[in-house]
Amino acid sequence: MLIGKQLAFRYPHHNWIVRNFDIAIAPSEVVGLFGPSGFGKTTLSKLLAGYLTPTQGQVTIDNSPLSDRGYCPVQMIFQNPELAVNPRWRIHKILAEKQSPDRFLLDALAIHPSWLDRYPHELSGGELQRVAVARVLNPATRYLIADEMTAMLDANTQALIWHRVLDYVRSHNIGLLVISHDAALIKRVCNRAINLMQVGTSR
Amino acid sequence: MATSFLPRRPAIRFNRRQITLLSIALCTLFLVAIVFSNRFMGDAGLDPALTQRNQPPSLTHLFGTDWLGRDMLTRSLHGMSLSVRVGLLAASFSAIIGTGLGLMAGTLGGKVDAVITWIIDVFFSLPHLVLLIMISFAIGGGTKGVIIAVALTHWTSLARIIRAETLQVNSSDYVQLSYKLGRSPFWIARHHMLPHMIPQLLVGLILLFPHAILHEAALSFIGIGLSPHTPAIGIILAESMRNLSTGYWWVGVLPGLLLLLAVQAFDTLGENVRALIDPKTSQG
Repeated sequence: MLIGKQLAFRYPHHNWIVRNFDIAIAPSEVVGLFGPSGFGKTTLSKLLAGYLTPTQGQVTIDNSPLSDRGYCPVQMIFQNPELAVNPRWRIHKILAEKQSPDRFLLDALAIHPSWLDRYPHELSGGELQRVAVARVLNPATRYLIADEMTAMLDANTQALIWHRVLDYVRSHNIGLLVISHDAALIKRVCNRAINLMQVGTSR
Repeated sequence: MATSFLPRRPAIRFNRRQITLLSIALCTLFLVAIVFSNRFMGDAGLDPALTQRNQPPSLTHLFGTDWLGRDMLTRSLHGMSLSVRVGLLAASFSAIIGTGLGLMAGTLGGKVDAVITWIIDVFFSLPHLVLLIMISFAIGGGTKGVIIAVALTHWTSLARIIRAETLQVNSSDYVQLSYKLGRSPFWIARHHMLPHMIPQLLVGLILLFPHAILHEAALSFIGIGLSPHTPAIGIILAESMRNLSTGYWWVGVLPGLLLLLAVQAFDTLGENVRALIDPKTSQG
């Protein structure tokens, strides 16, 4: 169980971005987090994945706090794949940063073998996002946070990525948090959804 | 592209990558030839031969002779060889200082960053040449003085660039993600940071090199750099100032051209190496 308890965050000398936020995600559960821009969706995902330390509150996995060291069992997929890969690395090195994904997963995400020797700028955004997804789909990942994972992709790529990720999450018993401002998408893929407008984070 | 000076011949057509590699090879060969030229030329041309004073360029003396009858080609090559070595040494030391302090400021942050940034600002606010003269004078002049003075005064701009680059890469999504993938800070420095720093370092070195040579010349010119007997390019050019108005143009123009060629070779070399390293241009 991934639990965020009474999460609050603000940068020093600034207003609260997130306040008194509770969330619990069970393994193999798909939870949607819905809200307009500026309500702290990305901040919340960074708190849960350990990129930011909450000002107040705590994130725990099975009752133990999130560790700073080693592979983080909560992995995040970013909105812009171009920023999430080192522009000076070839694709095979990017994929292998944790461990090389197996042939089967690469085929499932339609990652062509000829891409492996290319640099990130030689792939399109959708192709690169599939690489970024393949990088974190490995046995050590127990929770996934998809922060607007497919917001800038075309419908085909969007469908492909969501099908593969949902298949993987179900077969590997992974908890998934879907962050989006697209209500239709959330309704389609999630077991339940949290609306930040109703919960209220900062105001 | 810096490679466009090669004429396009329809008979043999190179692609851009081959032209880049060719330029790198040619420039390296030219610079290495200059550095080792004094070994091949020998010291014969450095002795005064008063019977052959002030001769214009000819087949026996390609660069002519000066007012003591010394062969200008031999002197120029000896001078360039020394200048390139002094410049390279000073620029490399400067680059090492700049990289080290820039990396420290960028990664450690906080108080370390504040102190290093302050030192950089202090160095920037002092007049360059005055500082050079002071350091060189304090050490006692000579080749050692020039190298140390240039190394100690030229690292600041590179340190600032490296610091900014480090801050930027360190806060990027892919480095943050790398920590979350369980990678150690050392691994990240080696695999994520270093590849971004090397092009900056190369460009920094290239920009430093002409500075180093020119400041070596400036220090020699006012008498606290290399000794006047040394055939350094700065001393040759300073001497030639006196001869230009009397019509002995070759004494200044030809060594000057050689200096220009060497600096240009460094520039072309750096430009092409950078194109080769940067993934966006390396496969073109």
